[in-house]
Amino acid sequence: MSESSVQQEYAPGTHPDWDPPVTEVGVIGWLRENLFSNWWNSLLTLLGIYLAYLIFVPLIDWAVVHADWSGDTRDACTSGGACWVFVKVRLGQFLYGFYPADQVWRVNLTGALFALLILWLTLPRIPYKRVAGVLGLVVFPVVAYFLLHGGSFGLSEVETTKWGGLTLTLVLAVVGIVAAFPLGILLALGRRSEMPIVRALSVAYIELWRGVPLITVLFMSSVMLPLFLPEGVNFDKLLRALIGIILFQASYIAEVVRGGLQAIPKGQYEAADALGLNYGKKMILIILPQALKLVIPGIVNTFNELFKDTTLVLIIGLLDLLAIIKAALEDPNWLGYSIEGYVFAGAVFWIFCFGMSRYSQALERKLHTGHKR
Amino acid sequence: MTEQSDQQAPAAASFWRDPRKRAIVFQVIVLGLVLALGAYIFHNTLHNLEKRGISTGFAFLHNEAGFNILFSLIPYDETYTYGRTFLVGLLNTLLVSAIGIVLATIIGFIVGVARLSHNWIISRLANLYIEIFRNIPLLLQILFWYFAMLPLLPHPRQSLVFDGSIFLNRRGLYLPKPITEPGFGWVLAALGLAIVGIVLLSRWARRRQEATGQIFPVFWTSLAMLIGLPLLAYGLAGAPLDWDIPKFHGFNFRGGMTVIPELVALAIALAIYTAAYIAEIVRSGIQSVSHGQTEAAYALGLKRTATLRLVIIPQAMRVIIPQLTSQYLNLTKNSSLAPAIGYPDLVAVFAGTTLNQTGQAVEIIAITMGVYLSLSLSISAFMNWYNKRMALVER
Repeated sequence: MSESSVQQEYAPGTHPDWDPPVTEVGVIGWLRENLFSNWWNSLLTLLGIYLAYLIFVPLIDWAVVHADWSGDTRDACTSGGACWVFVKVRLGQFLYGFYPADQVWRVNLTGALFALLILWLTLPRIPYKRVAGVLGLVVFPVVAYFLLHGGSFGLSEVETTKWGGLTLTLVLAVVGIVAAFPLGILLALGRRSEMPIVRALSVAYIELWRGVPLITVLFMSSVMLPLFLPEGVNFDKLLRALIGIILFQASYIAEVVRGGLQAIPKGQYEAADALGLNYGKKMILIILPQALKLVIPGIVNTFNELFKDTTLVLIIGLLDLLAIIKAALEDPNWLGYSIEGYVFAGAVFWIFCFGMSRYSQALERKLHTGHKR
Repeated sequence: MTEQSDQQAPAAASFWRDPRKRAIVFQVIVLGLVLALGAYIFHNTLHNLEKRGISTGFAFLHNEAGFNILFSLIPYDETYTYGRTFLVGLLNTLLVSAIGIVLATIIGFIVGVARLSHNWIISRLANLYIEIFRNIPLLLQILFWYFAMLPLLPHPRQSLVFDGSIFLNRRGLYLPKPITEPGFGWVLAALGLAIVGIVLLSRWARRRQEATGQIFPVFWTSLAMLIGLPLLAYGLAGAPLDWDIPKFHGFNFRGGMTVIPELVALAIALAIYTAAYIAEIVRSGIQSVSHGQTEAAYALGLKRTATLRLVIIPQAMRVIIPQLTSQYLNLTKNSSLAPAIGYPDLVAVFAGTTLNQTGQAVEIIAITMGVYLSLSLSISAFMNWYNKRMALVER
């Protein structure tokens, strides 16, 4: 009784608040709530700490504390940890393959242009996205081809057999996705079409390519493509791999785009029809701009998968980042540093893929604007 | 009258203004183009094959292969045919996929549940696992396990020993091999009996619960039957099972079962990579069940375990299973990376060695693709059937 009478002495909102107990807020409160809320949770915490200790202490010890960084030969690796000298010595090859050393600026310039375009496209603050899109999809591929391959404008020709390393990985992934994009959109439209033959052909194409592993597609493009073409016509290995990747990737993009097309309310289609737009105008002006905006995260995810899948060209003998590292590991001067080599390759791939997946997640949150059904 | 007939036939406009006719013309053109492309490719291929002196057809499948395969589940040596080679490769693919699927499911569910744990450290560690292994190419992981981690294992002479009968070294994993003796049929019969009994029991228990409301502990009884009956038969038949334990002899192990390191590396890499995806699927599946469901179950007086078993898991499974099957399919397709480390799967022995020896590129690639395609089509057919069965019946 007395307690309630004490409480009534304060007018609402004038109660002199006490601080919450120290065990409920701040670091201690957080620890109690998240790590030690009951005996089971405490046990898990200790188990987790032990697990983290088992993993991270030896890892950091190996990769940083006892690692060798300086020197030019394997004799410099004496301290028993990671031998990063191997990666340092071979870095040029890992990045550019066998691209002539005096021409490497061309690769760097292409990379810089690409990075600028990506920044322009992804940073929300920079305007004129449409210009960037046209530049990226139409102008950049042409410029990049002339820069990398050369043979005109006073640039010496660098054959694709000399391309390699991270450069080749990026070329495969970017060309694969950009060239597969239009084909993928056409296939998605075909699958949603009301014309039975067009629909059946699109479905057959999409299911055929999605049903087989990429490696068989690469085998096919490297072994069978020469058989399919008339005598005398021959592509180089890179182009054959690219054709396989593009045909394969188009089916995945088609499925992503179809998801976007299905998410557009029927009213949009009907409104376009009511305005008297023909099929092409309806799609290009009304449906696709909305659908493609919805599927950007899906496209980024597809690109992410493709970026990882480009490593498969190793099996048909192209020297992408992974293949060139694997080849370097077979150099008799550097035998026994497989872990360093693969960890480096893993770190490079991880940075790209993690960045992309984070970007697509952020985009998904941003695009998730209520009106979606 | 004339006005009416005009209204009835507005489509009497020009041929090109009728969408239906236009669609037919368009489709005929598309079909014509596709057929022309197909005929062009067919013609070129025939011509090229003829020039190279390769005869088309599947007769080569009956020729003697003349090469040995590292690892085979069925009897095989050089004298068998290419058809047998195909079968060996297919079985090896299925074997590594099956092992990978089981391991990936176990790891994936553990990590997925750990990701949802209220314990901060556990959930961070699970997240770390997912983010690391999902964002590194699978092929790189396979090479890592095979070329970087395998050499860390000891030589055969210093093998790691588990339980005195399992040996692990860089040449592979050596397991005891079960040898069945005549009475073993009784154990299998007891197992079959137990399964039939469990089905009958669960039916009876469900009917009794529907009629009276009494709950029968089906799970524990089934488990007891499943383990107890075969064990009983095993004892009664006089332990009709023997183990062939591998022994170190000279330079290597003899006897027992050998799991080649290629299989171990490939299965581990596939399992760890796919488990990261499965963990995300499990997490999103459990999170997709709205909290109101849990609250409603508690309000009805269900216990925590009953809520999980009867309310949350069935609804989460509806989300999880279709994605899970597609991950299983991905794993099976990804097992085709085997040639990178020399595991003799379908792609390595058939689309690799056999193709190089015979030059029958078209037939072999077609068969290989056909195998994967029929696998994925049958799995997607299963998924459609499952989705239809599981779809919410909305009013």
